[in-house]
Amino acid sequence: MDESLRVNPILCTGHGLCAELLPEQVDLDEWGYPLLSDNPVPDGLRPLARRAVNDCPALALMLVGGR
Amino acid sequence: MTTATPEAATRDAATPEAATASSGRPGPIGLPRLLSAAGQPMDLAAHLQVHGRTPYRGGPGMLIHTIESAGLTGRGGAAFPTHTKLAAVAGQKGAPVVVGNGAEGEPASDKDKTLLWSCPHLVLDGLQLAAEAVGAKRVHLYVHREPRLVQRLQSAIAERAAAGLDRIAVGLVTAPVRFLAGEASALANRVEGGPALPRFSPPRVFERGVNGAPTLVQNVETLAHLALISRYGPAWFRTLGTETEPGSMLTTVRLANGGGGVGETSLGTPIAELLRLAQYPAQAVLVGGYHGAWLSPEQARALTLSNADLRPLGAAVGAGVLAALPVDRCGVIESARVVRYLALESAGQCGPCLNGLPLIADTLSQLANHRSAPSARGDLARWSKLVERRGACHHPDGTVRFLRSALTVFAAEVRVHEAGRCSASSYEPFLPIPAGSPDHKDDWS
Repeated sequence: MDESLRVNPILCTGHGLCAELLPEQVDLDEWGYPLLSDNPVPDGLRPLARRAVNDCPALALMLVGGR
Repeated sequence: MTTATPEAATRDAATPEAATASSGRPGPIGLPRLLSAAGQPMDLAAHLQVHGRTPYRGGPGMLIHTIESAGLTGRGGAAFPTHTKLAAVAGQKGAPVVVGNGAEGEPASDKDKTLLWSCPHLVLDGLQLAAEAVGAKRVHLYVHREPRLVQRLQSAIAERAAAGLDRIAVGLVTAPVRFLAGEASALANRVEGGPALPRFSPPRVFERGVNGAPTLVQNVETLAHLALISRYGPAWFRTLGTETEPGSMLTTVRLANGGGGVGETSLGTPIAELLRLAQYPAQAVLVGGYHGAWLSPEQARALTLSNADLRPLGAAVGAGVLAALPVDRCGVIESARVVRYLALESAGQCGPCLNGLPLIADTLSQLANHRSAPSARGDLARWSKLVERRGACHHPDGTVRFLRSALTVFAAEVRVHEAGRCSASSYEPFLPIPAGSPDHKDDWS
Protein backbone atom coordinates (compact mmCIF):
# COMPACT_ATOMS: atom_id res chain seq x y z
CA MET A 1 0.00 0.00 0.00
CA ASP A 2 1.30 3.45 -0.92
CA GLU A 3 1.80 5.79 1.97
CA SER A 4 2.57 9.47 1.93
CA LEU A 5 3.62 12.00 4.52
CA ARG A 6 1.20 14.46 6.04
CA VAL A 7 1.75 17.13 8.65
CA ASN A 8 -0.61 18.54 11.24
CA PRO A 9 0.20 22.25 10.75
CA ILE A 10 -1.24 23.18 14.16
CA LEU A 11 1.21 20.88 15.98
CA CYS A 12 4.20 21.53 13.72
CA THR A 13 6.64 24.05 15.19
CA GLY A 14 9.24 23.84 12.44
CA HIS A 15 12.01 21.83 14.10
CA GLY A 16 13.03 20.62 10.66
CA LEU A 17 14.10 17.14 11.74
CA CYS A 18 11.93 15.56 9.03
CA ALA A 19 13.79 17.49 6.31
CA GLU A 20 17.13 16.37 7.71
CA LEU A 21 16.11 12.73 7.78
CA LEU A 22 14.24 12.71 4.50
CA PRO A 23 15.43 15.42 2.12
CA GLU A 24 14.02 13.39 -0.79
CA GLN A 25 10.49 13.89 0.55
CA VAL A 26 10.65 17.01 2.71
CA ASP A 27 11.80 20.52 1.89
CA LEU A 28 11.64 23.44 4.28
CA ASP A 29 9.97 26.75 3.40
CA GLU A 30 11.63 30.08 4.15
CA TRP A 31 10.15 30.01 7.67
CA GLY A 32 11.40 26.52 8.45
CA TYR A 33 8.11 24.62 8.01
CA PRO A 34 8.03 21.41 5.99
CA LEU A 35 6.92 21.27 2.37
CA LEU A 36 5.98 17.65 1.80
CA SER A 37 6.20 15.81 -1.48
CA ASP A 38 2.83 14.78 -2.90
CA ASN A 39 4.37 11.54 -4.13
CA PRO A 40 4.07 8.37 -2.05
CA VAL A 41 7.10 7.39 0.01
CA PRO A 42 9.18 4.88 -2.06
CA ASP A 43 9.72 1.48 -0.45
CA GLY A 44 13.42 2.16 0.10
CA LEU A 45 12.69 5.29 2.12
CA ARG A 46 9.95 3.83 4.26
CA PRO A 47 12.16 3.04 7.30
CA LEU A 48 13.48 6.60 7.30
CA ALA A 49 9.97 7.97 6.88
CA ARG A 50 8.81 5.93 9.89
CA ARG A 51 11.73 7.29 11.87
CA ALA A 52 10.88 10.86 10.87
CA VAL A 53 7.30 10.27 12.06
CA ASN A 54 8.39 8.70 15.34
CA ASP A 55 11.11 11.24 16.08
CA CYS A 56 9.13 14.40 15.22
CA PRO A 57 9.51 16.50 18.40
CA ALA A 58 6.02 17.99 17.94
CA LEU A 59 4.37 14.65 16.99
CA ALA A 60 3.07 16.54 13.95
CA LEU A 61 4.18 14.20 11.16
CA MET A 62 2.24 11.16 10.03
CA LEU A 63 2.15 8.57 7.28
CA VAL A 64 -1.24 8.24 5.71
CA GLY A 65 -2.41 5.19 3.81
CA GLY A 66 -2.50 5.23 0.04
CA ARG A 67 -5.15 4.69 -2.50
CA MET B 1 -48.88 24.89 -5.72
CA THR B 2 -47.50 27.93 -7.45
CA THR B 3 -45.76 27.58 -10.76
CA ALA B 4 -43.95 30.57 -12.13
CA THR B 5 -42.81 29.09 -15.43
CA PRO B 6 -43.72 26.25 -17.79
CA GLU B 7 -40.42 24.54 -16.84
CA ALA B 8 -41.40 24.62 -13.20
CA ALA B 9 -44.79 23.16 -14.02
CA THR B 10 -43.13 20.25 -15.82
CA ARG B 11 -40.90 19.59 -12.83
CA ASP B 12 -43.87 19.69 -10.48
CA ALA B 13 -45.60 16.98 -12.42
CA ALA B 14 -42.48 14.84 -12.42
CA THR B 15 -41.84 15.17 -8.69
CA PRO B 16 -43.98 12.96 -6.48
CA GLU B 17 -43.36 15.16 -3.42
CA ALA B 18 -45.22 17.98 -5.09
CA ALA B 19 -48.51 16.39 -4.22
CA THR B 20 -47.64 15.09 -0.76
CA ALA B 21 -45.03 17.19 0.98
CA SER B 22 -47.05 20.35 1.32
CA SER B 23 -48.53 21.36 4.66
CA GLY B 24 -51.84 22.18 3.05
CA ARG B 25 -51.03 25.87 3.05
CA PRO B 26 -49.83 27.46 -0.16
CA GLY B 27 -46.17 28.41 -0.09
CA PRO B 28 -45.26 32.06 -0.37
CA ILE B 29 -45.42 33.22 -4.00
CA GLY B 30 -42.30 34.94 -5.30
CA LEU B 31 -40.02 36.82 -2.92
CA PRO B 32 -39.33 37.18 -0.10
CA ARG B 33 -39.61 33.67 1.25
CA LEU B 34 -37.47 33.89 4.35
CA LEU B 35 -37.62 37.50 5.40
CA SER B 36 -41.04 38.70 6.44
CA ALA B 37 -42.84 40.50 3.65
CA ALA B 38 -44.00 43.23 6.03
CA GLY B 39 -40.40 44.00 6.94
CA GLN B 40 -41.30 43.64 10.64
CA PRO B 41 -39.65 41.05 12.88
CA MET B 42 -41.94 38.03 13.24
CA ASP B 43 -42.79 36.94 16.77
CA LEU B 44 -44.07 33.43 17.46
CA ALA B 45 -47.74 34.34 17.01
CA ALA B 46 -47.06 35.90 13.60
CA HIS B 47 -44.85 32.97 12.60
CA LEU B 48 -47.53 30.44 13.52
CA GLN B 49 -50.17 32.44 11.67
CA VAL B 50 -48.11 32.51 8.46
CA HIS B 51 -46.37 29.12 8.54
CA GLY B 52 -48.17 27.00 11.15
CA ARG B 53 -46.51 24.66 13.67
CA THR B 54 -43.22 22.84 13.12
CA PRO B 55 -43.96 20.07 10.55
CA TYR B 56 -42.25 17.09 12.18
CA ARG B 57 -42.00 14.02 9.96
CA GLY B 58 -42.25 11.39 12.66
CA GLY B 59 -38.79 9.88 12.49
CA PRO B 60 -35.18 10.07 11.38
CA GLY B 61 -34.35 10.05 7.68
CA MET B 62 -37.84 10.98 6.47
CA LEU B 63 -36.94 14.51 5.45
CA ILE B 64 -33.66 13.72 3.71
CA HIS B 65 -35.19 12.62 0.40
CA THR B 66 -37.41 15.71 0.32
CA ILE B 67 -34.36 17.92 0.77
CA GLU B 68 -32.57 15.99 -1.97
CA SER B 69 -35.48 16.53 -4.37
CA ALA B 70 -35.48 20.23 -3.53
CA GLY B 71 -31.75 20.46 -4.33
CA LEU B 72 -31.06 22.67 -1.30
CA THR B 73 -27.40 23.60 -0.83
CA GLY B 74 -25.67 25.20 2.15
CA ARG B 75 -26.04 28.97 2.29
CA GLY B 76 -23.06 29.56 4.59
CA GLY B 77 -20.67 29.80 1.66
CA ALA B 78 -19.65 26.34 0.47
CA ALA B 79 -22.94 25.47 -1.32
CA PHE B 80 -22.53 21.84 -0.29
CA PRO B 81 -25.64 19.69 -0.93
CA THR B 82 -27.61 19.71 2.33
CA HIS B 83 -29.05 16.21 1.90
CA THR B 84 -25.55 14.71 1.52
CA LYS B 85 -24.51 16.28 4.81
CA LEU B 86 -27.70 15.12 6.54
CA ALA B 87 -27.22 11.57 5.26
CA ALA B 88 -23.52 11.53 6.21
CA VAL B 89 -24.29 12.55 9.79
CA ALA B 90 -27.30 10.23 10.06
CA GLY B 91 -25.12 7.34 8.88
CA GLN B 92 -22.50 7.69 11.63
CA LYS B 93 -22.40 5.63 14.81
CA GLY B 94 -23.60 7.43 17.93
CA ALA B 95 -26.21 10.09 18.61
CA PRO B 96 -25.47 13.18 16.52
CA VAL B 97 -25.33 16.79 17.63
CA VAL B 98 -26.90 19.49 15.45
CA VAL B 99 -25.62 23.06 15.48
CA GLY B 100 -27.23 25.98 13.68
CA ASN B 101 -24.38 28.23 12.62
CA GLY B 102 -25.23 31.91 12.87
CA ALA B 103 -21.71 33.13 13.62
CA GLU B 104 -21.42 35.27 10.53
CA GLY B 105 -17.77 36.31 10.71
CA GLU B 106 -17.65 37.91 7.28
CA PRO B 107 -17.65 41.69 7.92
CA ALA B 108 -19.34 42.40 4.57
CA SER B 109 -22.24 40.03 5.31
CA ASP B 110 -25.26 40.86 7.47
CA LYS B 111 -27.76 38.33 6.19
CA ASP B 112 -27.60 35.77 9.02
CA LYS B 113 -27.91 38.46 11.71
CA THR B 114 -30.86 39.94 9.81
CA LEU B 115 -32.55 36.55 9.45
CA LEU B 116 -32.03 35.64 13.11
CA TRP B 117 -33.36 39.01 14.18
CA SER B 118 -36.41 39.11 11.92
CA CYS B 119 -37.41 35.43 11.59
CA PRO B 120 -35.82 33.41 14.40
CA HIS B 121 -38.65 30.86 14.43
CA LEU B 122 -37.98 29.68 10.88
CA VAL B 123 -34.38 28.97 11.89
CA LEU B 124 -35.47 27.27 15.12
CA ASP B 125 -38.02 25.15 13.20
CA GLY B 126 -35.27 24.12 10.79
CA LEU B 127 -33.00 23.21 13.68
CA GLN B 128 -35.63 20.86 15.15
CA LEU B 129 -36.42 19.33 11.75
CA ALA B 130 -32.73 18.75 10.96
CA ALA B 131 -32.31 17.19 14.41
CA GLU B 132 -35.23 14.85 13.74
CA ALA B 133 -33.85 13.98 10.29
CA VAL B 134 -30.46 12.84 11.65
CA GLY B 135 -31.76 11.45 14.98
CA ALA B 136 -29.91 14.00 17.12
CA LYS B 137 -30.23 14.21 20.87
CA ARG B 138 -28.53 17.57 21.33
CA VAL B 139 -29.22 20.83 19.53
CA HIS B 140 -27.39 24.14 19.68
CA LEU B 141 -27.70 27.54 18.11
CA TYR B 142 -24.33 29.27 17.69
CA VAL B 143 -24.29 33.05 17.33
CA HIS B 144 -22.00 36.00 17.95
CA ARG B 145 -22.06 37.34 21.47
CA GLU B 146 -24.09 40.40 20.60
CA PRO B 147 -26.26 41.09 23.66
CA ARG B 148 -29.41 42.28 21.86
CA LEU B 149 -29.48 39.35 19.46
CA VAL B 150 -28.68 36.83 22.19
CA GLN B 151 -31.48 38.18 24.38
CA ARG B 152 -33.95 38.08 21.50
CA LEU B 153 -33.04 34.50 20.67
CA GLN B 154 -33.25 33.45 24.32
CA SER B 155 -36.79 34.79 24.53
CA ALA B 156 -37.72 33.15 21.19
CA ILE B 157 -36.45 29.81 22.52
CA ALA B 158 -38.35 30.29 25.80
CA GLU B 159 -41.54 31.19 23.90
CA ARG B 160 -41.27 27.98 21.90
CA ALA B 161 -40.67 25.92 25.02
CA ALA B 162 -43.84 27.40 26.55
CA ALA B 163 -45.78 26.54 23.36
CA GLY B 164 -44.38 23.01 23.33
CA LEU B 165 -42.91 23.40 19.85
CA ASP B 166 -39.37 22.17 20.38
CA ARG B 167 -38.81 18.47 20.99
CA ILE B 168 -35.16 18.98 21.93
CA ALA B 169 -34.18 21.92 24.11
CA VAL B 170 -31.97 24.36 22.21
CA GLY B 171 -28.73 25.43 23.88
CA LEU B 172 -27.54 28.87 22.84
CA VAL B 173 -23.76 29.10 22.48
CA THR B 174 -22.03 32.40 21.89
CA ALA B 175 -19.02 32.92 19.66
CA PRO B 176 -16.40 35.65 19.64
CA VAL B 177 -16.90 38.18 16.83
CA ARG B 178 -14.03 36.78 14.78
CA PHE B 179 -13.76 35.96 11.09
CA LEU B 180 -13.02 32.28 11.72
CA ALA B 181 -15.42 31.63 14.61
CA GLY B 182 -17.99 30.10 12.25
CA GLU B 183 -15.55 27.61 10.69
CA ALA B 184 -17.04 24.19 11.46
CA SER B 185 -14.20 22.80 13.57
CA ALA B 186 -13.80 26.11 15.44
CA LEU B 187 -17.53 25.95 16.13
CA ALA B 188 -17.17 22.39 17.49
CA ASN B 189 -14.38 23.53 19.82
CA ARG B 190 -16.47 26.45 21.08
CA VAL B 191 -19.65 24.40 21.60
CA GLU B 192 -17.55 22.08 23.77
CA GLY B 193 -16.68 25.10 25.90
CA GLY B 194 -13.25 25.78 24.43
CA PRO B 195 -11.90 28.58 22.27
CA ALA B 196 -13.36 29.05 18.76
CA LEU B 197 -10.17 27.89 17.04
CA PRO B 198 -10.05 25.62 13.99
CA ARG B 199 -8.90 22.02 14.41
CA PHE B 200 -6.87 19.74 12.20
CA SER B 201 -8.90 17.30 10.13
CA PRO B 202 -9.46 14.37 9.84
CA PRO B 203 -11.66 13.67 11.63
CA ARG B 204 -14.18 15.96 9.98
CA VAL B 205 -16.91 17.33 12.24
CA PHE B 206 -19.59 15.17 10.61
CA GLU B 207 -17.58 12.15 11.79
CA ARG B 208 -16.41 13.43 15.16
CA GLY B 209 -17.30 16.98 16.13
CA VAL B 210 -18.76 18.24 19.39
CA ASN B 211 -17.44 16.01 22.21
CA GLY B 212 -16.57 13.35 19.64
CA ALA B 213 -20.18 13.00 18.43
CA PRO B 214 -21.07 13.13 14.73
CA THR B 215 -22.02 16.77 14.26
CA LEU B 216 -24.25 18.43 11.70
CA VAL B 217 -23.29 22.07 11.24
CA GLN B 218 -25.76 23.99 9.10
CA ASN B 219 -25.86 27.68 8.37
CA VAL B 220 -28.97 29.33 9.86
CA GLU B 221 -30.27 30.39 6.44
CA THR B 222 -29.98 26.81 5.21
CA LEU B 223 -32.08 25.72 8.20
CA ALA B 224 -34.73 28.34 7.41
CA HIS B 225 -34.97 27.07 3.81
CA LEU B 226 -35.19 23.52 5.15
CA ALA B 227 -38.10 24.56 7.38
CA LEU B 228 -39.95 26.01 4.38
CA ILE B 229 -39.24 23.01 2.13
CA SER B 230 -40.62 20.74 4.87
CA ARG B 231 -43.88 22.67 4.69
CA TYR B 232 -44.28 23.59 1.04
CA GLY B 233 -42.34 20.85 -0.74
CA PRO B 234 -39.45 20.56 -3.20
CA ALA B 235 -41.48 21.63 -6.26
CA TRP B 236 -42.41 24.89 -4.53
CA PHE B 237 -38.72 25.44 -3.65
CA ARG B 238 -37.73 24.95 -7.29
CA THR B 239 -40.12 27.59 -8.61
CA LEU B 240 -37.27 30.03 -7.99
CA GLY B 241 -33.62 29.70 -8.94
CA THR B 242 -32.13 27.60 -11.72
CA GLU B 243 -32.41 23.89 -12.50
CA THR B 244 -28.96 23.18 -11.00
CA GLU B 245 -29.08 25.85 -8.27
CA PRO B 246 -32.70 26.04 -7.15
CA GLY B 247 -34.33 28.40 -4.69
CA SER B 248 -33.65 31.81 -3.29
CA MET B 249 -30.81 33.11 -1.17
CA LEU B 250 -30.18 36.02 1.12
CA THR B 251 -27.67 38.56 -0.11
CA THR B 252 -25.81 41.49 1.38
CA VAL B 253 -25.38 44.04 -1.36
CA ARG B 254 -23.23 47.19 -1.38
CA LEU B 255 -24.06 49.46 -4.30
CA ALA B 256 -21.48 51.82 -5.76
CA ASN B 257 -23.53 54.80 -4.50
CA GLY B 258 -23.11 53.60 -0.90
CA GLY B 259 -26.63 52.16 -0.65
CA GLY B 260 -27.69 48.55 -0.38
CA GLY B 261 -28.46 46.13 2.40
CA VAL B 262 -29.76 42.63 3.01
CA GLY B 263 -32.20 41.23 0.48
CA GLU B 264 -33.46 37.95 -0.84
CA THR B 265 -32.98 36.99 -4.44
CA SER B 266 -33.50 34.11 -6.80
CA LEU B 267 -30.32 32.23 -7.67
CA GLY B 268 -29.44 32.98 -11.28
CA THR B 269 -30.33 36.69 -11.08
CA PRO B 270 -27.96 38.86 -13.14
CA ILE B 271 -25.29 40.45 -10.94
CA ALA B 272 -25.68 43.74 -12.85
CA GLU B 273 -29.32 43.83 -11.78
CA LEU B 274 -28.55 43.14 -8.11
CA LEU B 275 -25.87 45.85 -8.04
CA ARG B 276 -27.80 48.21 -10.35
CA LEU B 277 -24.63 48.65 -12.37
CA ALA B 278 -26.38 50.54 -15.19
CA GLN B 279 -27.43 53.20 -12.68
CA TYR B 280 -24.35 53.12 -10.42
CA PRO B 281 -21.22 52.26 -12.41
CA ALA B 282 -18.50 50.30 -10.65
CA GLN B 283 -14.81 49.80 -11.38
CA ALA B 284 -14.90 46.26 -9.97
CA VAL B 285 -17.27 43.87 -8.21
CA LEU B 286 -16.43 41.77 -5.17
CA VAL B 287 -18.32 38.47 -5.06
CA GLY B 288 -18.37 36.10 -2.09
CA GLY B 289 -16.84 38.36 0.53
CA TYR B 290 -13.29 38.54 1.85
CA HIS B 291 -12.53 34.94 0.94
CA GLY B 292 -14.13 35.65 -2.42
CA ALA B 293 -12.92 37.26 -5.61
CA TRP B 294 -12.91 40.56 -7.47
CA LEU B 295 -14.39 40.64 -10.96
CA SER B 296 -14.00 43.31 -13.62
CA PRO B 297 -17.22 45.20 -14.47
CA GLU B 298 -17.22 43.50 -17.89
CA GLN B 299 -17.11 40.06 -16.23
CA ALA B 300 -19.74 41.03 -13.66
CA ARG B 301 -22.12 42.31 -16.35
CA ALA B 302 -21.99 38.98 -18.16
CA LEU B 303 -22.72 36.81 -15.11
CA THR B 304 -25.59 35.76 -12.91
CA LEU B 305 -25.47 35.03 -9.20
CA SER B 306 -24.79 31.31 -9.58
CA ASN B 307 -21.84 29.00 -9.07
CA ALA B 308 -22.35 27.72 -12.63
CA ASP B 309 -21.36 31.19 -13.85
CA LEU B 310 -18.86 32.14 -11.14
CA ARG B 311 -16.81 28.99 -10.49
CA PRO B 312 -15.19 28.90 -13.95
CA LEU B 313 -13.72 32.31 -13.04
CA GLY B 314 -12.42 31.14 -9.67
CA ALA B 315 -15.21 32.97 -7.85
CA ALA B 316 -18.28 31.67 -6.00
CA VAL B 317 -21.65 32.78 -4.72
CA GLY B 318 -20.38 32.15 -1.19
CA ALA B 319 -22.63 33.61 1.47
CA GLY B 320 -24.20 36.09 -0.97
CA VAL B 321 -21.95 39.09 -0.52
CA LEU B 322 -21.84 41.47 -3.50
CA ALA B 323 -20.03 44.81 -3.45
CA ALA B 324 -19.61 47.29 -6.31
CA LEU B 325 -16.46 49.36 -5.85
CA PRO B 326 -17.15 52.98 -6.83
CA VAL B 327 -15.05 54.39 -9.67
CA ASP B 328 -13.45 57.06 -7.48
CA ARG B 329 -11.75 54.58 -5.09
CA CYS B 330 -8.51 52.65 -5.32
CA GLY B 331 -8.83 48.88 -5.60
CA VAL B 332 -5.27 48.37 -4.35
CA ILE B 333 -5.91 50.38 -1.19
CA GLU B 334 -9.26 48.67 -0.56
CA SER B 335 -7.72 45.23 -1.08
CA ALA B 336 -4.75 46.06 1.17
CA ARG B 337 -7.16 46.98 3.98
CA VAL B 338 -9.01 43.69 3.60
CA VAL B 339 -5.83 41.59 3.44
CA ARG B 340 -4.48 43.36 6.55
CA TYR B 341 -7.71 42.49 8.34
CA LEU B 342 -7.50 38.85 7.18
CA ALA B 343 -3.89 38.58 8.36
CA LEU B 344 -4.94 39.84 11.80
CA GLU B 345 -7.80 37.34 11.83
CA SER B 346 -5.47 34.37 11.37
CA ALA B 347 -5.82 32.06 14.35
CA GLY B 348 -2.02 31.96 14.34
CA GLN B 349 -1.94 28.20 14.84
CA CYS B 350 -0.20 27.13 11.63
CA GLY B 351 3.31 28.29 10.72
CA PRO B 352 2.76 29.18 7.06
CA CYS B 353 -0.37 31.28 7.80
CA LEU B 354 1.19 32.88 10.89
CA ASN B 355 4.32 33.89 8.97
CA GLY B 356 3.02 34.33 5.44
CA LEU B 357 -0.16 36.38 5.90
CA PRO B 358 1.53 39.30 7.73
CA LEU B 359 4.24 39.43 5.05
CA ILE B 360 1.61 39.42 2.32
CA ALA B 361 -0.38 42.13 4.13
CA ASP B 362 2.72 44.30 4.69
CA THR B 363 3.79 44.02 1.06
CA LEU B 364 0.34 44.86 -0.28
CA SER B 365 0.15 47.85 2.12
CA GLN B 366 3.54 49.05 0.87
CA LEU B 367 2.22 48.78 -2.67
CA ALA B 368 -0.87 50.76 -1.66
CA ASN B 369 1.36 53.42 -0.04
CA HIS B 370 3.85 53.63 -2.95
CA ARG B 371 6.67 52.25 -0.79
CA SER B 372 6.95 48.83 -2.38
CA ALA B 373 10.22 47.12 -3.24
CA PRO B 374 10.73 46.16 -6.90
CA SER B 375 10.30 42.54 -5.80
CA ALA B 376 6.79 43.12 -4.37
CA ARG B 377 4.74 41.31 -7.02
CA GLY B 378 7.15 38.38 -7.12
CA ASP B 379 7.15 38.14 -3.31
CA LEU B 380 3.35 38.16 -3.20
CA ALA B 381 3.17 35.37 -5.79
CA ARG B 382 5.77 33.25 -3.93
CA TRP B 383 4.23 33.68 -0.48
CA SER B 384 0.77 32.97 -1.90
CA LYS B 385 2.00 29.59 -3.08
CA LEU B 386 3.71 28.95 0.27
CA VAL B 387 0.60 29.52 2.39
CA GLU B 388 -1.94 27.90 0.09
CA ARG B 389 -3.36 24.54 1.27
CA ARG B 390 -0.97 24.51 4.22
CA GLY B 391 -3.35 25.53 6.99
CA ALA B 392 -5.58 23.41 9.20
CA CYS B 393 -8.46 25.53 7.90
CA HIS B 394 -9.04 27.35 4.61
CA HIS B 395 -8.12 30.81 5.85
CA PRO B 396 -4.85 31.04 3.89
CA ASP B 397 -6.57 29.64 0.76
CA GLY B 398 -9.40 32.16 0.92
CA THR B 399 -7.00 35.02 1.59
CA VAL B 400 -4.86 34.05 -1.41
CA ARG B 401 -7.93 33.76 -3.63
CA PHE B 402 -8.92 37.33 -2.71
CA LEU B 403 -5.35 38.61 -3.17
CA ARG B 404 -4.83 37.00 -6.57
CA SER B 405 -8.11 38.33 -7.90
CA ALA B 406 -7.15 41.82 -6.66
CA LEU B 407 -3.77 41.67 -8.39
CA THR B 408 -5.49 40.56 -11.60
CA VAL B 409 -8.48 42.92 -11.66
CA PHE B 410 -6.45 45.89 -10.39
CA ALA B 411 -3.30 45.04 -12.39
CA ALA B 412 -3.26 48.44 -14.10
CA GLU B 413 -3.65 50.26 -10.78
CA VAL B 414 -0.84 48.16 -9.27
CA ARG B 415 1.46 49.53 -12.00
CA VAL B 416 0.27 53.07 -11.32
CA HIS B 417 1.22 52.53 -7.66
CA GLU B 418 4.60 51.06 -8.57
CA ALA B 419 5.20 54.32 -10.44
CA GLY B 420 4.39 56.23 -7.25
CA ARG B 421 0.89 57.43 -8.07
CA CYS B 422 -2.74 56.51 -7.37
CA SER B 423 -5.81 56.98 -9.56
CA ALA B 424 -8.32 57.43 -6.75
CA SER B 425 -10.02 60.74 -6.03
CA SER B 426 -11.62 59.53 -2.79
CA TYR B 427 -9.84 57.74 0.05
CA GLU B 428 -12.92 57.17 2.13
CA PRO B 429 -12.91 53.46 3.06
CA PHE B 430 -15.57 51.51 1.16
CA LEU B 431 -15.47 47.88 2.30
CA PRO B 432 -16.33 47.43 5.98
CA ILE B 433 -13.57 46.43 8.39
CA PRO B 434 -14.66 45.86 12.01
CA ALA B 435 -13.32 48.56 14.31
CA GLY B 436 -10.76 47.45 16.83
CA SER B 437 -10.33 43.92 15.54
CA PRO B 438 -6.59 43.93 16.31
CA ASP B 439 -7.36 44.77 19.95
CA HIS B 440 -9.09 41.51 20.67
CA LYS B 441 -6.54 39.41 18.85
CA ASP B 442 -6.22 36.77 21.52
CA ASP B 443 -9.83 36.50 22.62
CA TRP B 444 -11.37 33.40 21.07
CA SER B 445 -14.00 32.45 23.63
